[in-house]
Amino acid sequence: MRSDLPAGITALNLRKLYGTETGLNGFSLQVQPGTVCGLLGPNGAGKTTVLRILATLLRPDAGHASVAGCDVIRQPKQVRYRIGLVGQNASVDEILTGRQNLELFGRLGHLTARTARMRASELLDRFGLAEAADRSVAEYSGGMRRRLDLATSLVLSPPVLFLDEPTTGLDPAARIQVWAHIRELVGTGTTVLLTTQYLEEADQLADQIALIDGGRIVAEGTPDELKARVGPDRVETVTRKPTLDEVFLHLTGQAPITLRTKATEAAR
Amino acid sequence: MSTPTVAATPGSGLWVRDAATLTRRILLHWRQRPVSIALALLFPVLIVLMFRYLFGGAMAVPDGTYTDYLIPGMLTIAMLFGLESVTLAVATDTAKGVTERIRTMPVSGIAVLVGRSWADLIDALAGLAVMVTTGLVVEWRPEHGLVPTLTALGLLLWLRFAFTWIGIYLGLLLKTPESAVTVQVLVWPIGFLSSALVSPDTMPAWLGAIATWNPLSATATAIRDLFGNSTWATHSWAANHSVPLAALWPAVLTLIFLPLAYRQYRLLAR
Repeated sequence: MRSDLPAGITALNLRKLYGTETGLNGFSLQVQPGTVCGLLGPNGAGKTTVLRILATLLRPDAGHASVAGCDVIRQPKQVRYRIGLVGQNASVDEILTGRQNLELFGRLGHLTARTARMRASELLDRFGLAEAADRSVAEYSGGMRRRLDLATSLVLSPPVLFLDEPTTGLDPAARIQVWAHIRELVGTGTTVLLTTQYLEEADQLADQIALIDGGRIVAEGTPDELKARVGPDRVETVTRKPTLDEVFLHLTGQAPITLRTKATEAAR
Repeated sequence: MSTPTVAATPGSGLWVRDAATLTRRILLHWRQRPVSIALALLFPVLIVLMFRYLFGGAMAVPDGTYTDYLIPGMLTIAMLFGLESVTLAVATDTAKGVTERIRTMPVSGIAVLVGRSWADLIDALAGLAVMVTTGLVVEWRPEHGLVPTLTALGLLLWLRFAFTWIGIYLGLLLKTPESAVTVQVLVWPIGFLSSALVSPDTMPAWLGAIATWNPLSATATAIRDLFGNSTWATHSWAANHSVPLAALWPAVLTLIFLPLAYRQYRLLAR
């Protein structure tokens, strides 16, 4: 049923006012099925607002949007069966264990009890959380927590995934781990819209980058196209970031970085 | 990657199952944090012991013992404590983003709110069990037999049901545990400004009038009648019609605050 529908994302002329402040001012975006779009912009540019509207958490004042073939305003429940959201503001339950969270959200997605249990075990394994599965999330590290967030949003195997600054606040090793998981998902055909403040992150993951400022798209294209258009001064400041990351990894003895990939999983 | 099978398609009966799932989530919290739930259940017990043994000696109840007067009052105040715990729990869920995460699931708002109210009713049952046991230990007795006793407990749960909806509304309105503390501060004066702990006859006339009409007083007086305990004779109209008032007040509060809570939940999308 789900596979018949195009799993892309369309936003058309979205507007959102917060009081008298403009959140979105005619935001339009098209993300092709099975691709990754990076929404890049400063704080307050409207990134989170876009994601919250597309994830049915917020009603736009004007405009249209559809996700995986369903209208976000008229068919919010159908949209929710087809999306996952990893957000700055959407969190798992920290009192519960990792396993309890995955089972809870599986049940809320209307999996049978048995399927929810199996799905939870499968995701715990895949995200390297099997050992911590029965510990309270309050005891998790930032990286484990983010991996559980990601796992929880995948409980229904959604064709569309929204990631709101998925690596903000993580150390470089944890960030690279999350990136690897996102790449793996993209390999299975998931459509991803991610917001980030880091050009590096968009560069690593995205097929297409949209720059947002003042609640609208100001530039759009592939990473290479955009880099060609940016002045040399700005390139210097943004290319420093990965260098610092590498220094940190080197000094903390975490380089070369070991990743939990399909290959290492298979080798176990 | 396996594609999990969805057990059911969106339908009208699904919200009951979703509400039950969300109730279960809160019950799991208690299992994860047994100490905090135990403290919450024992806190009213501490208050009973304080009033019974520290202040009780100074209380002269004309038509009985202070224990007989106190226990029904404390059962009523224990229901009021539910208001503050629900406010805090709902505000915490909202602040921590758990509510936001639940809103990304195909679950109706009614299921989310009803799930919370069911969990709180279970909490209230546990609280009543602890308090009734405490009462029996300090030699309080219901005198009128099984049916009036069960009716009294029913009226207490009915009051708690109304308080739950006020708590859900306030939690969604205040949004953070820090601001929910204001509710904790206000709960005490509301509890004291009633006939729960002392007779309104002993207060200044204007204050006594307010206390007499406090919904808590209606329930406290009604259950004293039903238990056959001392009522510290007040002869106001409200005290003489306490049972119908104890049935009516929670209905009025629920009719106001249930729709407000639902509206506030919908406003999260604004």
